[in-house]
Amino acid sequence: MAKLKIEDLKKIKERVHAETALRDGERRAKITVHMGTCGIASGARDVMDALMKVIEEAGVIDVAITTSGCMGLCSREPLVTVELIGQEPIKYEYMDANKMRQVFKKHVLEGEIQTPFVLARGAEIVK
Amino acid sequence: MLELSLHVLDIAENSTRAEAKHIFITIRENPEEDRLTLEIRDDGIGMTEETLAKVLDPFYTTKKVRRVGLGLPMLGEAAGKTGGGLILESKPGEGTRIRVTFGLAHIDRQPLGDIAGTLVTILTGHPKIELIYRHERGGRSFLLDTREIREEIGDIPLNHPEILAWIRLQVDEGLMEIEAGA
Repeated sequence: MAKLKIEDLKKIKERVHAETALRDGERRAKITVHMGTCGIASGARDVMDALMKVIEEAGVIDVAITTSGCMGLCSREPLVTVELIGQEPIKYEYMDANKMRQVFKKHVLEGEIQTPFVLARGAEIVK
Repeated sequence: MLELSLHVLDIAENSTRAEAKHIFITIRENPEEDRLTLEIRDDGIGMTEETLAKVLDPFYTTKKVRRVGLGLPMLGEAAGKTGGGLILESKPGEGTRIRVTFGLAHIDRQPLGDIAGTLVTILTGHPKIELIYRHERGGRSFLLDTREIREEIGDIPLNHPEILAWIRLQVDEGLMEIEAGA
């Protein structure tokens, strides 16, 4: 049986605790990648991979990433919602890895909404 | 869906919506019998026999936002094309088990693909869920159990980027080590 390298986790734990102690706790943004069957089939997991990589490269620790289900606009998937704290959520349509990197760098880090990819402002009503 | 791991992600999302606390994912590659089996089991709310009879119908869904539900039908289709099939078992209040078999060397069998990406994506959206992933090939196996990880990391959420990166590495290396070939 291939064994997990558990000892690495202890180091990560110490490092994360040290980092958390340094920052003030406020998150700057929440990014939701829609992960319904439609989203998955049209590439949402690649979008998620790209997002995680670009966040790691940028060394950003105050952005929350999450997933959600289908919101009924399957033909416009992959969909990503970016919500800067204190601002209206922005929904991006037809996302891919490149667009995700651009949205993260320009919108999340610099505050410029990437209008060519925008589907709508605001949040859907979850039933 | 182009990869089996994308189906796994899709079905696991069903489990999370069924309020599962544990999801057991097992993949077995059996070259002697030319079989690949995938089992996804959860302890979610389960389904009644009536619902169970409908879920493979592409025009059945529990969602209100659209009128089709393609996740399970597409997985059944993918298995059927390779000479395999899909068996569903479920009990209200107990959970659901899906067993899918594929012809391992069949030309129409989708590749497993990025299973590490799938596991990490599940945990990103659902950091409280316990994921137990087991992969067997021949006599060798790889096991990832988030309960073990949680014991080590204490109060750090499982979807912390560093933990997810560690999980991704473990899965990729572990599968290479057991020479998983699907």
